[in-house]
Amino acid sequence: MTSKTPILQIKNLHVEVEGKEILKGVNLTVNAGEVHALMGRNGSGKSTLSYTLMGHPRYTVTSGSVEYRGQDLLAMSADERARHGMYLAFQYPVAIPGVSVSNFLRATVKARRGGDIPVKEFRKELKECMAKLGVRDEFLSRYVNDGFSGGEKKRLEILQMAMLKPEMALLDETDSGLDIDALRTVAEGINALHNKDNAVLLITHYQRMLDYVAPGFVHVMQGGQIVKSGGSELALELEAQGYDWVAKEFASSGAN
Amino acid sequence: MVAELSRDEMLHSVKADYKYGFHMSEEDYAFKSGRGLTREIVTQISRMKNEPEWMLKYRLKALDIFLKKPMPSWGNTEMLNDIDFANIHYFVRATEKQGRDWEEVPDSIKKTFDRLGIPEAERKFLAGVTAQYESEVVYHSIREDLEKQGVVFLDMDTALREHEDIVREHFGTVIPSADNKFSALNSAVWSGGSFVWVPAGVKVEIPLQAYFRINTENMGQFERTLIIAEPGSYVHYIEGCTAPTYSSDSLHSAVVELIAKPGSHIRYTTIQNWSNNVYNLVTKRAVAHEAAKVEWVDGNLGSKLTMKYPAIYLMGPKAHGEVLSIAFAGEGQHQDAGAKMVHLAPDTTSIIVSKSISKDGGRTSYRGLVKVYPGATNVKSSVRCDALLMDEDSRSDTYPTMEIDEKDVTIEHEATVSKVGEDQLFYLMSRGLTQEEATTMIVNGFFEPFTKELPLEYAVELNRLIALNMEGSVG
Ligand SMILES: Nc1ncnc2c1ncn2[C@@H]1O[C@H](COP(=O)(O)OP(=O)(O)OP(=O)(O)O)[C@@H](O)[C@H]1O
Ligand SMILES: [Mg+2]
Repeated sequence: MTSKTPILQIKNLHVEVEGKEILKGVNLTVNAGEVHALMGRNGSGKSTLSYTLMGHPRYTVTSGSVEYRGQDLLAMSADERARHGMYLAFQYPVAIPGVSVSNFLRATVKARRGGDIPVKEFRKELKECMAKLGVRDEFLSRYVNDGFSGGEKKRLEILQMAMLKPEMALLDETDSGLDIDALRTVAEGINALHNKDNAVLLITHYQRMLDYVAPGFVHVMQGGQIVKSGGSELALELEAQGYDWVAKEFASSGAN
Repeated sequence: MVAELSRDEMLHSVKADYKYGFHMSEEDYAFKSGRGLTREIVTQISRMKNEPEWMLKYRLKALDIFLKKPMPSWGNTEMLNDIDFANIHYFVRATEKQGRDWEEVPDSIKKTFDRLGIPEAERKFLAGVTAQYESEVVYHSIREDLEKQGVVFLDMDTALREHEDIVREHFGTVIPSADNKFSALNSAVWSGGSFVWVPAGVKVEIPLQAYFRINTENMGQFERTLIIAEPGSYVHYIEGCTAPTYSSDSLHSAVVELIAKPGSHIRYTTIQNWSNNVYNLVTKRAVAHEAAKVEWVDGNLGSKLTMKYPAIYLMGPKAHGEVLSIAFAGEGQHQDAGAKMVHLAPDTTSIIVSKSISKDGGRTSYRGLVKVYPGATNVKSSVRCDALLMDEDSRSDTYPTMEIDEKDVTIEHEATVSKVGEDQLFYLMSRGLTQEEATTMIVNGFFEPFTKELPLEYAVELNRLIALNMEGSVG
């Protein structure tokens, strides 16, 4: 446990959207083998952080730095980040009409692995992942997220993650909109993928998810900053008491 | 082997490695008429082909009409008025085309085909090797099958010699010379094109493609196609290859006539990719008699200006018509395409789906007409136009016209214009696709309702073409 390998090092990150500052100095380090949970009220900046880390062009970094396995993440385009092993499971996955799930998955896996895989090999791997995640075959011929239910979209996000095998997975409210059984399957999927060489940042509002995917670290975001960090017990406190006390504690600490 | 792969897998597997197109060597010309259009040239064309006297008269009359008719006063008149009729060779007879050799196909592509288990004949087609080599055998057996069924499939010039009566009975009945300036021009100087006659009750299982024909008077600039489906028959005809079709002269003006007799079904698929100096001004029209079905599946890429509005006249009760078209306009291009549905009988139905993409300042227009005559009761028609704009400089317009002279009808019309969304691009790029790959994927998806109607090898070519058209367009 002594030598930690940092995967993501975020330092004093400031981000603007359409001229408005949303992130106001985020600091966070995620090491290999760790699971972090990021919580916080609606509008506190969680998705903004995840989009920024993935390289959405709408989000402008005004100051601060992000290192990804020793490299300057902010210098990479979104597709480069993905090919280097970053992954974002979207809070609101986007529909791509006319593009079948199987064709889409094949193209993305090819991009991530840097080469074509024979159809049959790919299909075998895909079928195995689908079976584990309880995704039905008919999914493959449907168009990406087009007319998918909320839960179906989230499952597809996890299926993609399983196929792309990221080193740093950002999961933005993947648990929202899942029924109880789906939540368990998805959580099991996340656990199965997690190992000592990769890391997960889980954005969530609910303890339910954390019951399955036990995070070693829990952070609370407020007003574009991480205002409190702790162990898994912090999530339980938040579940019981809400966010008010965190806000008060932060205000009285005089930090800003 | 092949059956194990789904169509979707085949399509996108081939695309993955396939970056090879048709490259035909410069043609030698056996004969080339002088520039310009005169009675002498028209007479010379007819004489060279040993045509019957009635055809010569037909041509000369059409020439008079052409000379008298004004240019269309609508559409892109600026571009139209640039056409220099005096500077065109109206008749060019090519020598045998050289096919590309299988040996020249790169190993990487052969390997891809191996891995996919694509049959030999199809591989050669996919790789752009023309039908002259071993695959000749395959086409020979196709031709034998057609002959046994009594199907006549010839180039138009040969058909006129060998089946003069059928040709004379139907030629120009769907599209009279006087229909428009360009149909008159074609009627005067036509050469090549296909003639298909399907006997009653015969269903032609394989799509007919021009390169199956024995004596190929190759597709020319003024080709003339006539397809007659006798009652209860079925035929699917595919025209054009997706290769960039370079031509020395810049005007392509075809006439295509389809006659679907009662209970028959004709599907006519086109994919054309003209070089950017070509005016593509084509008149396509079908008549559908009682309970007949006609479908135009029409893909337009390339060209400088395309004006093309496949029409279906629904003449008999319960006739059904469909036009499914795509258009892609890049820099300096205008794709003015659409459809016409004319309902002349009760219980007739029609569907128009038009999809267009404009990029780099390109322009697409949908121009459509749905007309319902009095007495054509219980008509149902739906029109859907979707336009996708790739950037701020590009343009798309719709000119839908409805002339409904009957109360008892159901007409639906829906039009959308959208831009390639930042969020769609970001979603795909966040999965590792480059901006170019992501854009191509969105565009392919947009055209998918069209692509899925194509035979596999054409779908492959179309996707490849779209990828080529997207290259260098982003970033
Ligand atoms: N494109 C944008 N334009 C304007 N404001 C934006 C934009 N994107 C985000 N914001 C604002 O930034 C703030 C943070 O939003 P963000 O989506 O990051 O919150 P969140 O913590 O993910 O909330 P939730 O829990 O509801 O998902 C909000 O006030 C939001 O309105
Ligand atoms: Mg959010």
